[in-house]
Amino acid sequence: MTIGLGHYLAVGAILFTLGILGIFLNRKNIIVILMSIELILLAVNINLVAFSTFLGDIVGQVFALLVLTVAAAEAAIGLAVLVVYFRNRGSIAVEDVNLMKG
Amino acid sequence: MILPALFFYLFAGVCVASAVMVIVSRNPVHSVLFLILAFVNASGLFVLMGAEFLAMILVVVYVGAVAVLFLFVIMMLDVDFAELREGFIEYLPIGLVIGGIFLAELLLVAGGWVINPGTAKSITAAIPNNISNTEALGLVLYTKYIHYFQIAGMVLLVAMIGAIVLTLRHKAKVKRQDISVQNARTPELAMAVRKVTSGQGLQDADAAEWVK
Repeated sequence: MTIGLGHYLAVGAILFTLGILGIFLNRKNIIVILMSIELILLAVNINLVAFSTFLGDIVGQVFALLVLTVAAAEAAIGLAVLVVYFRNRGSIAVEDVNLMKG
Repeated sequence: MILPALFFYLFAGVCVASAVMVIVSRNPVHSVLFLILAFVNASGLFVLMGAEFLAMILVVVYVGAVAVLFLFVIMMLDVDFAELREGFIEYLPIGLVIGGIFLAELLLVAGGWVINPGTAKSITAAIPNNISNTEALGLVLYTKYIHYFQIAGMVLLVAMIGAIVLTLRHKAKVKRQDISVQNARTPELAMAVRKVTSGQGLQDADAAEWVK
């Protein structure tokens, strides 16, 4: 019962799918959509680290670190935009965001 | 031999279960807490794989910063979350179909895939055996990938400035301390000495000037 690369890739795939599913299920709640994006990025990180350790190449971990950086920046900016939007509209319903549509 | 497998299934199982709870839970605060649980278990998986530094970074950065930021925003915004959950059932079928297709595709890819034998030769920076993971990562990150590292720092800087610029607002009614104005104030500007005639008090004309 050795745990190989495939096991970790399976976990990554399941997490990625759950993230996609979360975006669809919580169409109105943008906070949960942002959390789903975090799940997707976590799945990507698991894949990168799994390949890195099983192939013996540390570059995958360097890139996982960069993904982590971008994810943190994305969460900060996304939440800041959300706060500004809430101040202007008094709600965070994503379906009202198409106001600028012609 | 059995212990790593046991821990793998523990971490993977809890990670996937809490990811499910993130997307289905009714209260976003619970979602964030389950997200934290998912991250902690993912960092357990990282430790099992031998990427200790990333595991610790995941706990510090994700759990300590990002998840707490989420929690902060959720508690700061006064939103009726029950209203936002409408349409959950409505979107469930299409979400399940697309998620199912996605998972099937990923599993098909995982099933019919082999590592190219040439990959072992093209390894850019092999993981050294005799030093710790953190040291190995640092040896590569600060030499070969120093530009990526600095660009990552710039990304974080831009994100920080962007978030501050977006959320900072000056309310007109709030009085703020202006230290240069305070320091520039002299007795001549602040005070006026008036001779008040006895029995007459301050005249209106004087008072107007006085206020000025």
